[in-house]
Amino acid sequence: MQVSSIELDSVSKRFGSVEVISELSLTIHSGEFIAFLGPSGCGKSTLLRMIAGLESVDGGEIRIGGERVDRLPPGARGVAMVFQHYALYPHMTVFDNLAFGLRNIGTAEDEIARRIEEAARILEISHLLKRKPGQLSGGQRQRVAIGRALVKDPKAYLFDEPLSNLDAALRVRTRVELARLHQQTRATTIFVTHDQVEAMTLASRIVVMNARKVEQVGTPMEIYGRPATEFVARFVGSPAMNFLPVQVNDRGGLASAVLGDGSIIDTHVPVAALPGGDLRVGVRAEAIRVRPDGALPGKVEVVERLGDRTHLHIRLMDGSTLVAEDTGISQVQPGDAVRLAVEGATAHLFDAGGLAYHARQ
Amino acid sequence: MTDATLSPGKAVAAVKRPTGASIGPRWSNALFVAPYMVFYVVLLVYPLFKGIWMSMLESDMFDDTSKFAGLANYYRLFNDKIFIGTVWNTVLFVLMTVPVFVAIGLLLALALNRSDRTSATLRAIFFGTSVLSVTIVTIIWKMMYMPGNGAIASLMRLLGLEPIAFITTASLALPAVAITTIWWIIGLPMMLFLAALQQIPGELYEAAALDNASRWRSFWSITLPSIRRTMLVVVIYEIVAQFQLFGQAQLLTQGGPNNASRPIVLFIYEQGFRSWNLGYAAAASEILFLIMAVAALAQFFASRKRVEE
Repeated sequence: MQVSSIELDSVSKRFGSVEVISELSLTIHSGEFIAFLGPSGCGKSTLLRMIAGLESVDGGEIRIGGERVDRLPPGARGVAMVFQHYALYPHMTVFDNLAFGLRNIGTAEDEIARRIEEAARILEISHLLKRKPGQLSGGQRQRVAIGRALVKDPKAYLFDEPLSNLDAALRVRTRVELARLHQQTRATTIFVTHDQVEAMTLASRIVVMNARKVEQVGTPMEIYGRPATEFVARFVGSPAMNFLPVQVNDRGGLASAVLGDGSIIDTHVPVAALPGGDLRVGVRAEAIRVRPDGALPGKVEVVERLGDRTHLHIRLMDGSTLVAEDTGISQVQPGDAVRLAVEGATAHLFDAGGLAYHARQ
Repeated sequence: MTDATLSPGKAVAAVKRPTGASIGPRWSNALFVAPYMVFYVVLLVYPLFKGIWMSMLESDMFDDTSKFAGLANYYRLFNDKIFIGTVWNTVLFVLMTVPVFVAIGLLLALALNRSDRTSATLRAIFFGTSVLSVTIVTIIWKMMYMPGNGAIASLMRLLGLEPIAFITTASLALPAVAITTIWWIIGLPMMLFLAALQQIPGELYEAAALDNASRWRSFWSITLPSIRRTMLVVVIYEIVAQFQLFGQAQLLTQGGPNNASRPIVLFIYEQGFRSWNLGYAAAASEILFLIMAVAALAQFFASRKRVEE
């Protein structure tokens, strides 16, 4: 078992005159499970392919296990990649698919057989070894693709949206299996996804990317609880965080946010840190509850029942809308007038540039 | 539930639905395939059997009489040294051209399988010759081959070599026709291979690069297996097409010198339309048909076995 850190040092990438990655630096620790999370076109796949050696690096350095690799061909970097569409060799059996990379570097046949047997046992594909990819289901192909990475005993595993071709049930199952696999191997892993749930559930740290740059790097709970920017706050979490324009008053050093209709949310954000100009308060749905003594009046427009909880889409007196959360057995109906209590301790403030200000930890 | 149970013994085929739709054969449906069937029978099935019948007649086109002669035409053909020579020439020509069509067609496709402007221009140029008529092509190559002031002869003289008379040398006439043919229609196999190459997902080559595969290994393990079906199509198509060599040989060498480049179709043409031996020509056609069918079938079965593996 090899474990290696991956360092990106001021890495840049251009396609023609368009810069898709600019001066990006990131250290991925040995054994870490990192997720690159972002909308399509944010550069996350390009970054992964640069680490794999499938895209050239126009500036900066990439080091794997301390060794500079950005000039090395893909095969010499010691990484294994699982592709979105699996990229299994269609004319080879599963066994030959797994053996291909090992044979190319001259591994002895008995060693190849031993490694494939081991990987097939872990992934429960031993009975598929003689089949061809065309005879496998989507989930089985996925396992073979992971097996092809596993037998190489690489310094790092690179996953490019590997679950996006699976149906919903299989995706959840494979997610758990990937988490289990990582706990077994403790190998450095980079996982590219646009699905926040995959990133949150699998990764030890998430790199949130948008428009060619890194928005935030942090643990899933840091990303969720203390989003660095408005983009992160909107992208991570479902439903997206509520944003309402506010005026801020000083209440013993902490910001007291006054909404358009005059109601007040007492945040725990220090006033001293806040800039001038327009501010918005950001509150997640679970911090807004229906209570008879709530300070914020509104009218329910849509009720979304999710079973364990209910999302209420509410229009406030000043015309702005937000999403509040209620229990699964909520009796609220569309058209009801409700009063909302906002938990100020978990509220954030955002300036005009989208930068976030949080309560002291 | 019991209401919905069908009464036993009721024939489903005879059920007439309230909407007027009925289950069972309706011969008016044959009208949909009739136009095709008419042309198929008139233009393919009828000539095929008419040809077989003609090959068993001894016809005289001058007084338009014919009498049944059984297999006499075939017997004569197998003892006709010129005909046996044309069969041999045609087989040789197929052996000279088909492997080259596959090899050079694939090489060109591999070299030009890029999206830059140069490749697009070259693709157009290589395919462009295919649209020329056989007359133009043979004129161009006659100017190349002429021993006096042809392009190749001039070049050889420039290099201080003695010019070679390609068309009038018995051993070089058929290869000269083969080269002309390859130059003329190499564009089609190239295009077929290009289409096949572009169907191969790029991810496979990326996976192979991460698997430390050399370019040769990628070609052998990914490219070749992926285009096997196209290769089969090219081989069968070219076998069938090249067995029918006619125009180039007629215009470039007239089958000469001393029948060295006379193909079967030229023999058929001369027997049928120059000597008016229609039955004899028909018999030669049937033999050509048999050879082509056997060659294509053999190739088809050999390749299908491998593809299925």
